[in-house]
Amino acid sequence: MKTVRSAPVKVSSKTPTGIAGFDEITGGGLPQGRTTLLTGGPGSGKTIFALQFLVHGARECGEPGIFVAFEETSGRIVTNAETFGWKLTELQPKTLMFLDAQPLPDLVQSGDFDLGGMLAALEAQVRTMGARRIVFDALDMVISLLPDAAAQRREIYRLHEWLLAREVTAIITLKAGSDENGSLSRQPFGFMQFMVDCAVVLKHGVVLGVSQRSLRVQKYRGSGFDEDEAPFLIGRHGFEVIVARAIGRVDTQVTNERVSSGIKRLDTMLGGGYYRGASVLITGFSGTAKTTLSGAFAEAACQRGEHTLFVSFDSDCSEVIRNLASVGIRLDRFVKNGRLRMLSARTIAGSAEVYLARIKALAKEHGARCLVIDPVSTWSKPGSDLSAQSVAERLIDWSKGGGTTLVCTRLLDEMSGPVEGESPLQASTVVDTWIHLNYLVQAGERNRGLSIIKSRGTAHSNQVRELILSDAGVTLADTYTAGGEVLMGTLRWEKERAEAAAHEVAEVAGKLKRVRLDAEEAELEVRLKSLQVELEAKQAEKALLIRSTQSHEGELSRGRTRMRELRGADAAKPVGKEDSP
Amino acid sequence: MSRCDLFQFRLYVAGDALNSAQAVSNLTALCRAHLVDRHEIEVVDVFREPQRALADGIFMTPTLVKLAPSPTRRIVGTLSQTQPVMQALGLEAVGA
Repeated sequence: MKTVRSAPVKVSSKTPTGIAGFDEITGGGLPQGRTTLLTGGPGSGKTIFALQFLVHGARECGEPGIFVAFEETSGRIVTNAETFGWKLTELQPKTLMFLDAQPLPDLVQSGDFDLGGMLAALEAQVRTMGARRIVFDALDMVISLLPDAAAQRREIYRLHEWLLAREVTAIITLKAGSDENGSLSRQPFGFMQFMVDCAVVLKHGVVLGVSQRSLRVQKYRGSGFDEDEAPFLIGRHGFEVIVARAIGRVDTQVTNERVSSGIKRLDTMLGGGYYRGASVLITGFSGTAKTTLSGAFAEAACQRGEHTLFVSFDSDCSEVIRNLASVGIRLDRFVKNGRLRMLSARTIAGSAEVYLARIKALAKEHGARCLVIDPVSTWSKPGSDLSAQSVAERLIDWSKGGGTTLVCTRLLDEMSGPVEGESPLQASTVVDTWIHLNYLVQAGERNRGLSIIKSRGTAHSNQVRELILSDAGVTLADTYTAGGEVLMGTLRWEKERAEAAAHEVAEVAGKLKRVRLDAEEAELEVRLKSLQVELEAKQAEKALLIRSTQSHEGELSRGRTRMRELRGADAAKPVGKEDSP
Repeated sequence: MSRCDLFQFRLYVAGDALNSAQAVSNLTALCRAHLVDRHEIEVVDVFREPQRALADGIFMTPTLVKLAPSPTRRIVGTLSQTQPVMQALGLEAVGA
């Protein structure tokens, strides 16, 4: 006996689109064997999205696809796609096929009709190619020819049923009004959003003159998905959705390796340099040598043989190289040998997202281990304010994930106040090391001061140091504090001079004293010698005296004994007693 | 347009779908009324010959293609509204 049951539906099976970021949002791609509705306003990227889905299937997944073009001719689509380097001609017609189904402009419609012809043709085509993916681009073009809403609905359902029965993964694109939500619900095809298993809305808006694209997964039956609007861009290799890294990501491997900041004494202040893979923020007003500091870092990286990417938003690359050469940072040789890649981002137009994507692509292409962005504050220009913050954070997150050491500078508003702690983008909380450059005005001078506001995981000096730029290079000067203030510039020089003079005086005085002492010592030694001689003389005298006394006494006693002997007196009698008178 | 011109029609139909059947009968009626003895009708079933529909770019059924006399014209639908069909086929003057 056979039980009738619905076909086993694997909810989890998904069809990868090959669109960077989109597969992450949806946890793997579009629902396999189901239909996805892609809606968006004019120029929102519907065709590119759909075509990339087919190209990826044909090229990477072994899934042939059919593109049914209702609006643009296939020739134009192929030509346009060449700009992304997809090489569609290689795939045609075996694994990728285009069907031109544009209604002719002079087409006369009389009475009811249906899409049976198309489905029959497709049926044959799907079977010959073994197609697993299919795209209906701008389906509204043909549906709107149908005489009434009921017929339109009928044909859409017919198409949907047909797709489900063939279990091909399909994308239907539809035009949507460019209103806030890209919503179709008030439009004739609104019901399609309810019919399909997955609906994606593309949005293309302009905020303060800057183009902003975003994508939102509106529904996805049987799967979780990222519900937020995700910015996307149409880059050099096609559609690219930008996603913040997943929350559940694995912590990146941290390292204790230090990399030089390019300034010896700054390394010392940081207890050895920046950490490898750390993100460093250099803030300061204009002209506080932010670029110089980041240039020194780039040079040091290149000297270590590491590939480095230097992105300048302010100046042309040649200008940066020339300006840095004036302080002894010579980058041109590294540009020549290919280690350093300079990018003048003035040439990139677009939103912060575009910048980020370009920088990421370039860094990847160059294999950069060190990355300099000067300045990152450009991103917060009008029109990008909202996204700039998240872009900056994503940049830091991305560089950390790849173990890239990132140095970015940020221009503070000109003289916005002496507050050091203010950072317009608030990214300062995310960075590992924050170096602040400031002007210190003292005694009619403006000198550059450098201080380390924070540096995670490293002991660091808390002193404000003076940054000195000269044609010999960049260095940090010793600081002189006087009356609780750091002395800089001429004051420091004066202090240094005074100290040197004092040192000289002390040195001379010391020398003098030594000479005097030497003389005294010599004198004493001489005296010691003469005394010694005298002593020896005395001792000799004394010895002589003793000897003469002894011999005299001996003589006497011998004399007495002799005398007694001569007298023949009582010899047994002791001498002493005898002697007494 | 000469009265002797031969009208060559090709009608793409989708099996025995209702609108296809209507188109066939509407076309036959029209020819009988206006093009007696000077028309040819070829009926192509896209279910049976899908490759042909594909090659000819037929995506909607029923579709009537007027192959001759030139220019070729395409009319989709059941051909129920006689006036627009006549106009499209260049037959307006004929009936008058």
